[in-house]
Amino acid sequence: MNEKAEPLLRAENISISFGGLKALDDVSLEIYPGEILAIIGPNGAGKTTMLNVINGFYKQDEGRIIFEGKPRPKNMKSNQVAALGIARTFQNLALFTGMSALANIMVGRTLKMHSNFFSQGIYWGLSQKEEIEHRKAVEWIIDFLQIENIRRTPASMLPYGLRKRVELARALAAEPKLLLLDEPMAGMNLEEKEDIARFILDANEELGYTIALIEHDMGVVMDICDRIVVLDFGKKIGEGTPEEIKANPEVIQAYLGTAE
Amino acid sequence: MSFFLEVLITGLLVGIMYALVALGFALIFKASDVFNMAQGDMSLLAGLALVGFLQIKMPLWLALICTLAVMVILAYVTVFVILRPLVARPPLMLFMATFGLAYLIQGVGQSIWGTDAKGLELGIPDKSFDLGGIFVSSFDLTFAAIAALLLILLVWFFQKTRTGRALRAVSDDHEAALSVGIPLLRAWVVTWIIAGIVAIVAGVAWGTRLGVQFSLSYIALKALPVLIIGGIDSIPGAIIAGLIVGAGENLAEVFMGPYVGGGIQTFFPYLIALVVLYFKPYGLFGKEIIERV
Repeated sequence: MNEKAEPLLRAENISISFGGLKALDDVSLEIYPGEILAIIGPNGAGKTTMLNVINGFYKQDEGRIIFEGKPRPKNMKSNQVAALGIARTFQNLALFTGMSALANIMVGRTLKMHSNFFSQGIYWGLSQKEEIEHRKAVEWIIDFLQIENIRRTPASMLPYGLRKRVELARALAAEPKLLLLDEPMAGMNLEEKEDIARFILDANEELGYTIALIEHDMGVVMDICDRIVVLDFGKKIGEGTPEEIKANPEVIQAYLGTAE
Repeated sequence: MSFFLEVLITGLLVGIMYALVALGFALIFKASDVFNMAQGDMSLLAGLALVGFLQIKMPLWLALICTLAVMVILAYVTVFVILRPLVARPPLMLFMATFGLAYLIQGVGQSIWGTDAKGLELGIPDKSFDLGGIFVSSFDLTFAAIAALLLILLVWFFQKTRTGRALRAVSDDHEAALSVGIPLLRAWVVTWIIAGIVAIVAGVAWGTRLGVQFSLSYIALKALPVLIIGGIDSIPGAIIAGLIVGAGENLAEVFMGPYVGGGIQTFFPYLIALVVLYFKPYGLFGKEIIERV
């Protein structure tokens, strides 16, 4: 990635505490357009907290988020952040379980639909035409992620690996400028992990999505990511390409342990 | 046989109106996981407002529009003043807040419009006419038709439109809905407005039949067994259970009542609900929730 390019998102000196616990302590990071950035670190390092700050679920105590060169108002609600073009998936899955896979993905399309929230209720005419157009885009994503055969299945009846894939599809349906993935491969077997890794790479390389992800599987992280940020106890302890991270003694000490 | 059918049809027509009241509950429960204790009082408020507007010589259409405006204002006040500070709190807290809302509506209604029962005359003829040998009240039939139309519209709205889909998404998972850009509070406002519209129809229907009075808020008690039978979060469930209760209580009253001294209409719905609870704890159409311990 071109390091000289303007970052798509810059988090500046982010600090946030919950009670006495400092979950993030003066952490800065940049996400550059077109890259896959991995945020890694031991459990409780503050990785998910970082995503929650970026996505607007949490308000940072200090620091600011600059998205596309513009500082973001601190009290922005997460649905407004989503409207800026930041989509995410969740560590412990947050599908709309009562709805089919297709409906879930269509909901992900909410922001691309231009008609007003109130007038959307009026289905006919223009609105229906729009619906059909969006359905096409959603079908393309379904095809891309190879989940054609589960379109009509209620999300609650899908196996875990496919749920993760539907959640990814829902995030992609928003055509976000920045895609945040919280442990997209957690709890998967090797084959499922390889599938998801390939989809993430395709989304990045073919579709040009900028992606920031949290992942514990170091093999995958080293393989697919352009850059890595390492957190430990709420502090950033390393940043760089996979090769640099592998060679960073502080990271090895804190994260990979003493073995190797 | 024709007498049986007559009783059955009368019961079903009343049942549709039960379904309507139950639907108000189901809608809000679906969208915010809140059991809205104020649903009956919202019907009362709608009835009171309509009578109030008609008393100052408004034409019916204008009075209906003004009543709708009252319900829209109520929806905004409820969501932004009462519910907003309680987002992401346990449903029990929101439930208690709606209790407060119920008393608030009763108090405000009483101080504006007084406590005496008022008649509501919409000029719908109440005479029975012959339907192939079966006598049916034209009044019942009119309101059943209006209710049925509203039910169809609502089912279609929730299943087929984008806003309906967004509202279902909100009810499933607040955080996930926010993360795809659905404005939570606006979604709630839409839900409460719809519940308000349902309350208008229910309030007008029952108000015309029984007079607009404060006991009107107790029609909510009729909706309770309907909700239990149908499953509290199911729209089709509310409709079918409403029909079951309406038909069931009428048939029971007419054919079983004489043997036990009558008056079983009031508790028979609860008896059905009890039996349903034995076999289907989540109701006939409710979402079965399997919780891990």
